[in-house]
Amino acid sequence: MLDLIWLLPTYPLLGFLALVLTSGRLPKKIVGIIGAGSVGLSFLTAAIIATQFLAGGEDYFVKEVWAWMAVGSFTPGFSFYLDGLSLVMMLVITGVGFLIHLYATGYMADDPSFSRFFSYMNLFVAAMLMLVLGDNLVLLYLGWEGVGLCSYLLIGFWYTNPANGYAARKAFIVTRVGDTSMAIGLFLLFAQLGTLNIQDVLHAAEAEWAVGSGLAIAAALLLLGGAVGKSAQLPLQTWLPDAMAGPTPISALIHAATMVTAGVYLIARTHILFEIAPSVQLLVAWIGLITVLMAGFIALTQSDIKRILAFSTMSQIGYMFLALGVGAWSAAIFHLMTHAFFKALLFLASGTVILSVHHEQNIFKMGGLRKKLPVSFASFLIGSLALTAFPFTSGYFSKDEILLAALEMDGPGTILWVGGVLGAFLTGIYTFRLFFIVFFGENKGHVPENEVGGIHMNGPLFLLMILSLVGGFIAIPVESVFSHGEVHEEHHVSTLIHGFMIAVPLIGIVISYLFFYAKIFSIEKLMSIPISQTLHRFWFSGWGMDWLYDRLIVFPFLWLSKINKADLIDSFYAFIVKFARASNAMIVRTQTGYIRWYALSIAAGLVVLISIGVLL
Amino acid sequence: MESIPIEHGLILAAILFSIGLIGVLTRRNIVFVLMSLEIMLNASGLAFIVAASRWGHAEGQIMFLMILTLAAAEVAVGLGLIIQMFRRYKTVDINELSEMKG
Amino acid sequence: MIILFYLAAAVAIIATVAVVLQTNIVHGLLYLILSLLAVAVIFYVLGAPFAAVLEAIVYAGAIMVLFLFVIMMLNLGQHTQNQERTWLTPRGWIGPSIMAAILLGQLLNVISGIDYEIVPTQVGVMQVSALLFGPYVLAVELASILLLAGLVAAYHLAKTK
Repeated sequence: MLDLIWLLPTYPLLGFLALVLTSGRLPKKIVGIIGAGSVGLSFLTAAIIATQFLAGGEDYFVKEVWAWMAVGSFTPGFSFYLDGLSLVMMLVITGVGFLIHLYATGYMADDPSFSRFFSYMNLFVAAMLMLVLGDNLVLLYLGWEGVGLCSYLLIGFWYTNPANGYAARKAFIVTRVGDTSMAIGLFLLFAQLGTLNIQDVLHAAEAEWAVGSGLAIAAALLLLGGAVGKSAQLPLQTWLPDAMAGPTPISALIHAATMVTAGVYLIARTHILFEIAPSVQLLVAWIGLITVLMAGFIALTQSDIKRILAFSTMSQIGYMFLALGVGAWSAAIFHLMTHAFFKALLFLASGTVILSVHHEQNIFKMGGLRKKLPVSFASFLIGSLALTAFPFTSGYFSKDEILLAALEMDGPGTILWVGGVLGAFLTGIYTFRLFFIVFFGENKGHVPENEVGGIHMNGPLFLLMILSLVGGFIAIPVESVFSHGEVHEEHHVSTLIHGFMIAVPLIGIVISYLFFYAKIFSIEKLMSIPISQTLHRFWFSGWGMDWLYDRLIVFPFLWLSKINKADLIDSFYAFIVKFARASNAMIVRTQTGYIRWYALSIAAGLVVLISIGVLL
Repeated sequence: MESIPIEHGLILAAILFSIGLIGVLTRRNIVFVLMSLEIMLNASGLAFIVAASRWGHAEGQIMFLMILTLAAAEVAVGLGLIIQMFRRYKTVDINELSEMKG
Repeated sequence: MIILFYLAAAVAIIATVAVVLQTNIVHGLLYLILSLLAVAVIFYVLGAPFAAVLEAIVYAGAIMVLFLFVIMMLNLGQHTQNQERTWLTPRGWIGPSIMAAILLGQLLNVISGIDYEIVPTQVGVMQVSALLFGPYVLAVELASILLLAGLVAAYHLAKTK
């Protein structure tokens, strides 16, 4: 049965082909069955494979399907590698993916491009499974680029609005920077180690490179570049908020639950490489922490429901990076999984809210929706509690592990811990700010008639609610993957510190309550201070990062392209064209149309030929 | 019987060929052009006959027969074209038919 | 016999020059027939009676009659003479004549190297036909197909609409 692992990406790929080849001629019902059903089949297969794998007790399982290409010693195959890590990833992708597909059959029901939507979604799932199951870095890169392509296609799904196309291009180009870095990293690894099979690379790197050697640092840095681009971490984070232009199920699936966590997966997968480059590993932690805090502050000021969630995604992935940086590999993967549950829940619930209030996304035009939208209210409540790490929800366990691991780290561990706790505090404030503004208080604009949704929209929400609540009790089988160099699981911290960690997000929630529900503190009064206005503007624009990149990269590039408008290199090719044109103009004169002239040419040719014959 | 230098026969063929060429290049009346072409074909046939009689073979005559066939077919098609041209352009001036130019 | 060869050659050259210079198309055609008949005489002198007969019958006979028919159909007669005169300007002769002279010079140069006296021997119909329907039968078939193609093409081209 384990041999059938190749079926996992095959089902969605077949679904994609079926939908693409019929190009929207199928009725929506059948499209929905193909689109969601193929991912459902994948999930069933994944579940069966997972039980068998865990029952078998093997550390890993490799299935080579066929050799992809063979160029000298470079022979990457279509081979699938299953261990605890890819097992968790494949279950999250197919499981959460299936729920989101199911939800999307309801959410997208009125869209004329229903079939196109599901074909992209299926292609995405196929590529994502390829990414996590590939046993070599080439196959991983195939999936990596595949999900990037699908992300681009789906952000720009409603392409008639130029702003969406702009967002799609921005996402594509910014992630491309990271992907290029990653490709160079792959070249470096192959040139130095002679293989791209992940396990061989890791073993060879461990054997050949000393800890902290230049090559190890370079390789780890280049891979980190790819991870940072895909996971929207500093400094390549600017694309994620704009990516919210896509349909909401896309934001849930691609830009929250699965694709953006690919960077976390990549680092976890190649963790040995990062262990022999400790400085880069520490850099990962710092990137994670700074992203957590930056995104947290930005989320405090946003007004678009999906953008708030996008910044919170950035911040949560920052936690995963923090965990990776302090060597808490399994904590990072654990948080990845729980985050997939509660963030998918939050996004899908926000989708229901947005549909119910007729595509309004500004939270200040909602308000008081608690009674009208009970399912969304419950979803948001549970999702927000999990997100803020309320005790015994799923987010609590995973975030707790990350922060404790940071605290136990030598050196900068304490600073990282303080930063992480501050991030948790911000999470509490911005999450419940959203929650209180949307569901309590006065309605300021859109009063929904009734809540959108049927069984196929609410069913996934209920399942995700349960997963968000109890997901923290799932034990992920990754010990064997990270057996080596893992920060020990048993934490020895005083009850005081632990209590503090639990209390901080709750304090955040209380502050949010005082500001936005009880109105004991007035937000208007706070905003009347000049410094807070400046900060608001600064944070609202995402710390001015877009502005900075415009000045640093976009404008100089535009300026360069402007002064080189009459392309220097083009002029050479233009010369070839001109030469051909001139020759043509010359020779065309011989075509007079007079038969006698042609006869004369023939005679002249004869004369020349005879001359040559005589002379030779 | 006296002998004839082979040179003389070939020179005659060359002269006839050149005159035919002048006719093709000079005349504007397409019927004259076609006639000049016949002269050139006939000249080459003559060269074959001269060469055949130098060896005393029959093969040269067979080549002449082929040229004759070619000339007959060419004249038939050429005259058909002249008739068609005259119908459309009401002229036999080949300079009129110079629309196909670059 | 040798006198006959040079006489016929002279007639052929003069008649051919007359064809090229002629402005009256019917006269030109008559000169052409004369030239072809002179060549037929040369064929006979060179010992190719079959070719001579074919030259007279097919060339000077059939093909020229075809020309005559066309000239009659196009109604090109006396009245086109003036037009021919205006077309034949002295300047128009210069280029083609130089070209033809160069070609002739080259041909003469090539021919002058050959030094052989022909003693004409009769190669009659029998020898020719034995070859034609022996080793060259395929060429005969090809010639027949060519003629058929010419027939079809001529019929199609000359058709009125």
